[in-house]
Amino acid sequence: MFSLHAVRRLRDFVLDITLSIGQGETLVLIGENGAGKSTVLNLISGILTPDRGEIVLGERALFSFDKRINIPTENRNIGHLFQSYALFPHMTVAENVAFGLQCRQVPKAEIAASVTERLAVMRLSDLADVNASRLSGGQRQRVALARALVLEPELLLLDEPLAAVDMRARGAMRKELREQIQNADIPCIIVTHALHDALELADRLCLIEEGKVAADGDPEEVLGMQENGFIASFTDR
Amino acid sequence: MDLTQFQQKSEVSRHSSRTRLGRAALTLLIAVLLALFLLFVTVPIASLFLRISPEAFLRSLAEPVVLDALSLSLITATMSTVIVVIFGTPLALINARHDYRGRDLVDTLTDLPIVLPPAVAGIALLMAFGRRGVVGQYLDLFGIHIAFTTVAVILAQVFVASPFYIRQAKASFEAVDRIYEDAARTLGASPWAVARRITIPLAWGGLISGAILSFARALGEFGATIMFAGNFQGRTQTMPLAIYTTMQGDLDASISLAIILVMISFAVIAAVKVVTRRNF
Repeated sequence: MFSLHAVRRLRDFVLDITLSIGQGETLVLIGENGAGKSTVLNLISGILTPDRGEIVLGERALFSFDKRINIPTENRNIGHLFQSYALFPHMTVAENVAFGLQCRQVPKAEIAASVTERLAVMRLSDLADVNASRLSGGQRQRVALARALVLEPELLLLDEPLAAVDMRARGAMRKELREQIQNADIPCIIVTHALHDALELADRLCLIEEGKVAADGDPEEVLGMQENGFIASFTDR
Repeated sequence: MDLTQFQQKSEVSRHSSRTRLGRAALTLLIAVLLALFLLFVTVPIASLFLRISPEAFLRSLAEPVVLDALSLSLITATMSTVIVVIFGTPLALINARHDYRGRDLVDTLTDLPIVLPPAVAGIALLMAFGRRGVVGQYLDLFGIHIAFTTVAVILAQVFVASPFYIRQAKASFEAVDRIYEDAARTLGASPWAVARRITIPLAWGGLISGAILSFARALGEFGATIMFAGNFQGRTQTMPLAIYTTMQGDLDASISLAIILVMISFAVIAAVKVVTRRNF
């Protein structure tokens, strides 16, 4: 269970978003470029701080303006995948996946076991010792997902998870992603520009316009709002 | 072909031959300027090698004045580079990543020694750390004397060489994409862990080349050293000071020291090239 109310002054408008997600539910955010979708993810993971509001994950308040709570990013236990995946280019695949466990000072033997297992699950074992800067888009995506999921996060944030994946591989990757999210059984927020992502990954769909929630509900219901200009062009593709 | 056509055609060919001639003249001019400049740089350096026989070079390497200067220079330049790196790295990282009031002032002050004449640096250091200096008078109470000691040599080198490292380090930190730092934070890395495991390794090539440049500048330091540390063999007489001193008596020793510095300079340039090419 995750709930968010965040207000933050951006350059062109004030972002003011209220959202909540149930356990194991996947919420997909759609909207124009610059509508504030990625900003919402950054506010949740703590890279940005809201001006006002409250963010609650499970029993824990991550941010509360009234109670003066602001848990630092590194203690939020949220998996955040960036659009570019941000794999550390000076590390191998295995080192990337081990990074978060090392930060948590998990014993070395345990780290090795977790990393090996996670790489096997994600079919990345062959790439363990390859430098992260030499991977294809699809491989990067899987490594970034492995790096986040090995930490057993309580919430998963995915910013355009398939944008850097080769067109032909996208369908298979999307299916795989769906399985990974289902197995993790945690709330998940996905930002996307692709109709297929919205249709196949979303339990619920949320349209953001100029920092406000313009629609939030069942995917078919939201995509049926053809009087909305963005929805009309989104479903037209 | 009628007359006007013929005239036009000859005009065109005359025009193009003139531009061809002009271009050739320009190329020649640039080549001459370039050659003159290269000669101006290389002839003096070559002259060092031509004015001394290999035997005389090796013989003077055994002279105490040369050996003392060489070891003192290598030790002090290494020490000052270590000090610059220890103080400069956090400063460069903070100024590259955080905006605070007075950051521009700090940037300007750290750059100042680059434009400050070394003689000014020398007298300034003396006024601060000399026996009756602003700071030195209090150190004197505890029996601590800095001026005209090896410590003064190191302080003078730190003063003049620090901007070379700090500027390079700051530029290298700024070149690291913040997305890697953000990703590391979401994976549970504290700010200190982010600096140690992400930012510094990604900026590594730039940090090393900055340290090498700073070392080279420290090695060549002359003006501030002779004013603030004096010119005592074995204690404060670094290689540039020894070159200046021996030039008046033992020219071979002076040339030998100069040749060693030339070789170190070439090694520095080569090292910086190699390190920056391997950069991410």
